[in-house]
Amino acid sequence: MSATAVAPQVETPFRRFVSEFCASPLAVGGFVVFVIIALVAILAPWIAPQNPYDLAVLDIMDGRLEPGSVGGSGITHWLGTDDQGRDMLSGIMYGLRISLMVGVGSALIACLVGASLGLLAAYAGGRTDTVIMRLVDLQLSFPTILAALMILAFLGKGIFNVVIALVIVEWAYYARTVRGSALVERRREYIEAAVCLALPTRRILFNHLLPNCLPPLIVVGTMQIARAIALEATLSFLGLGVPITEPSLGLLIANGYEYMLSGKYWISFYPGIALLVTIVAINLMGDQMRDVLNPRLKK
Amino acid sequence: MNTLEVRGLSTHFFTRAGVVKAVEDVSFSVGRGKVMGLVGESGSGKTVTGFSVIGLVDAPGRIVSGEILFKGRNLVGMGEEELRDLRGNRIAMIFQDPMMTLNPVLRVDTQMIETVQAHQRVDRETARQRARDALGMVGIPSPDERLKSYPHQFSGGMRQRVAIAIALLHQPDLIIADEPTTALDVTIQGQILAEVQKLAANTGTSLIWITHDLSVVAGLADDIAVMYAGRIVEQGSVDQVLDVPFHPYTHGLIGSVPSRNKRGVPLRQIPGTTPSLMSLPPGCAFKTRCERADAACETMPALAEIATGRFARCVHPHIETLPA
Amino acid sequence: MQSGFVLVAMSLLVFLGVYAVGDPIEILISPDADQIEKERAIRALGLDLPLWQQYLVFVGKALQGDLGRSFVFNEPAIQLILQRMPATLELAFGSMFLSILIGLPLGLYAGLRPNGALSKGIMAGSILGFSLPTFWVGLMLIMVFAVQLGWLPSTGRGDTALLFGIPWSFLTLDGLSHILLPAINLSLFKISLVIRLTRAGVRETMLMDYVKFARAKGLSPFRVTFVHVFKNIMIPVVTVVGLELGGTIAFSVVTESVFAWPGMGKLIIDSINVLDRPVIVAYLMMIVLMFIIINLAVDILYTVLDPRVRLEAKA
Repeated sequence: MSATAVAPQVETPFRRFVSEFCASPLAVGGFVVFVIIALVAILAPWIAPQNPYDLAVLDIMDGRLEPGSVGGSGITHWLGTDDQGRDMLSGIMYGLRISLMVGVGSALIACLVGASLGLLAAYAGGRTDTVIMRLVDLQLSFPTILAALMILAFLGKGIFNVVIALVIVEWAYYARTVRGSALVERRREYIEAAVCLALPTRRILFNHLLPNCLPPLIVVGTMQIARAIALEATLSFLGLGVPITEPSLGLLIANGYEYMLSGKYWISFYPGIALLVTIVAINLMGDQMRDVLNPRLKK
Repeated sequence: MNTLEVRGLSTHFFTRAGVVKAVEDVSFSVGRGKVMGLVGESGSGKTVTGFSVIGLVDAPGRIVSGEILFKGRNLVGMGEEELRDLRGNRIAMIFQDPMMTLNPVLRVDTQMIETVQAHQRVDRETARQRARDALGMVGIPSPDERLKSYPHQFSGGMRQRVAIAIALLHQPDLIIADEPTTALDVTIQGQILAEVQKLAANTGTSLIWITHDLSVVAGLADDIAVMYAGRIVEQGSVDQVLDVPFHPYTHGLIGSVPSRNKRGVPLRQIPGTTPSLMSLPPGCAFKTRCERADAACETMPALAEIATGRFARCVHPHIETLPA
Repeated sequence: MQSGFVLVAMSLLVFLGVYAVGDPIEILISPDADQIEKERAIRALGLDLPLWQQYLVFVGKALQGDLGRSFVFNEPAIQLILQRMPATLELAFGSMFLSILIGLPLGLYAGLRPNGALSKGIMAGSILGFSLPTFWVGLMLIMVFAVQLGWLPSTGRGDTALLFGIPWSFLTLDGLSHILLPAINLSLFKISLVIRLTRAGVRETMLMDYVKFARAKGLSPFRVTFVHVFKNIMIPVVTVVGLELGGTIAFSVVTESVFAWPGMGKLIIDSINVLDRPVIVAYLMMIVLMFIIINLAVDILYTVLDPRVRLEAKA
């Protein structure tokens, strides 16, 4: 006997998502900052005042100059120089490239691996599910930093190894998230309908199931990028990450550690700020996305 | 003096998507010891009316106009402290889903004792005694053991009895029951209805019984108010309204009750669906589903007294006998 | 039980992983040692046996509590770890304590008044809390409080006093001044976690019917918040913080490196760099053991706090 009121359909889900996302000025700010940072990183070779990897340009006499001073080659070092005479601003730009590349790259690969496994586990069920989930549990119960340390101790240093280590550490989050939403979606009628239509499994998985599992995946993915960047920085800081020839922000900070107590703070400080701003921007975005996509807070 | 007199109550919700006029120009009164049945479907505004009376309308909603006279005192605009003094004490409320109304991590005695102590300075032991007695009154066996238990150890019907017991702890003048038996099965429902009726008769408590189920109201209430899209569309004593409904909506509701229909003949239904409260059409809200609608329905009809003590918000009321 | 299986699996993984790592001979024996000296060293360190035999020897000794001697320090690895453990433990517990002390009230406030300016500030602060890389915050803390302001010492552990025969530094004033910065550093992530958890819990709980019912009974707002809401959110908060303890102990490697805190974490970083296998292995086994104990403790705590679980278990 009860009938429910029918709400007028005025906006698509995507449009609503965008408008709710933009309700938080912080999140929008984060997004803008991230875009700027990404652009800086991509365009670094063209806009940096100096190429910090080119040994020919460096002059050790330019070492440890204060921010704002002018170096021997006439360039103004807005953020100072490090102990080798490298311009900090350029170093940071190039460092951002490495950090972003490793962070985003590893997150994407981990997402691919993790999401596929998660989908498989949810769809296949039974023993496949149990095995995959045991692996996920094992991976997740082990502290990330330790796992990464062990893997790098095993593989040795280098950008590629760092990416592998990050992927191994991260895939489990994606797998669990996707499996969770896939399990819910799997029981819905449209999947039954697709199965009845005898669509090939791969098609069901990727064209029907996956799009509906996307919202939480996007949130996890965004947060994971920030985590990956932070983790890579920490590993490099501890001396177990990227090699010295292509320093990421973490390594730049490590270089400056010893000079901190003698007051030459800028060698660690500015790369730190760059790292910080990047991570915070990404987290602000991810945070708002999570709030917007959380079904339990909607009344 | 009536225990409760509501005059021109309007409660609106100010959401980002627009203003939802959940309750619009609602007026009714409940005398001492009387039972008022507030009937309507989901979204008709009956629950919000109940919350408005007890003062628990939360943001983004608020009472925008009207008066709620409880024993002569206007509750609208009253300070929070004064309202809190009345809640659970002189005005009590019973919710729909007993599963969620009792806090799952607190013991039943804690939840009952705190209600007692919130309004009276008594020690724990006295409060516990009162709780025991209240449980006994609603027919819960071995109350001492039950007091020490947690809500999830009770069945649905028992939990609702506990909620009723809590409502009765201070012998309130008014109890607002919001669909308290909807979540229970029919036999339990019958028991609880009988209990409540007995208690109300004994203690002189006034009762507002909010429901969508006409059969419940038929046996229990003295008066009935039918709500649709936020307004009262028909009002009167329960026998008269259910016997000879004036408003087409009430007419349709009664006609669609399964027991009233002949076997083999398709169930009578009211065509169409309730309009959204955010975009109500001008004029009578029911006109889109009413077979009697015409140009005269483009303006909102007033709640007119069609017969003594019988009100209907319609310009084409059914002033004939209901076919058998 | 399942924990036993995990322990065995971990030991296997650890053993294989670590023993396939590099070649300690290259590191520990000087390159111009002749063949005879090398062979003597290999035999002494047990590296000449086939891999599976090394594992069995390893397990046998492990069950006796002997996890090998450190290549570097020439002491039993387990002893090294145990020596450093109090330092790491007091850091970890200190940070856990701080995170609840600071995080819970802030999260509660942010949940009760979600739209206020202070709440938004708290939430923004919490984002900073878990975004900021711990090592960088540590550097900044040193820079501000030790170098610029000179209020607190920058590195190392302070004086200790004995309790149950173990030296703890939080029992002395000097010790406290040394532990403050690293504990704050380590707790930052968890403070943010607790704030967000508490706030989310409060926001969800406030929408629940039983809160509305509590208000309908006329209970004071104080009681509604601090009894009804609080008890419900404590459960997930305590569970998560408890589980995080294991992670915190592991994560202290970073803080210990920045502050030169003589705990297990610093030991493990150094050991990895010089490939001191027995120490690495002993450390990992300890960590796994601690994780299992912590998980068990949290499970028990959960049944104590949530009556629904407790009574179902009985039935």
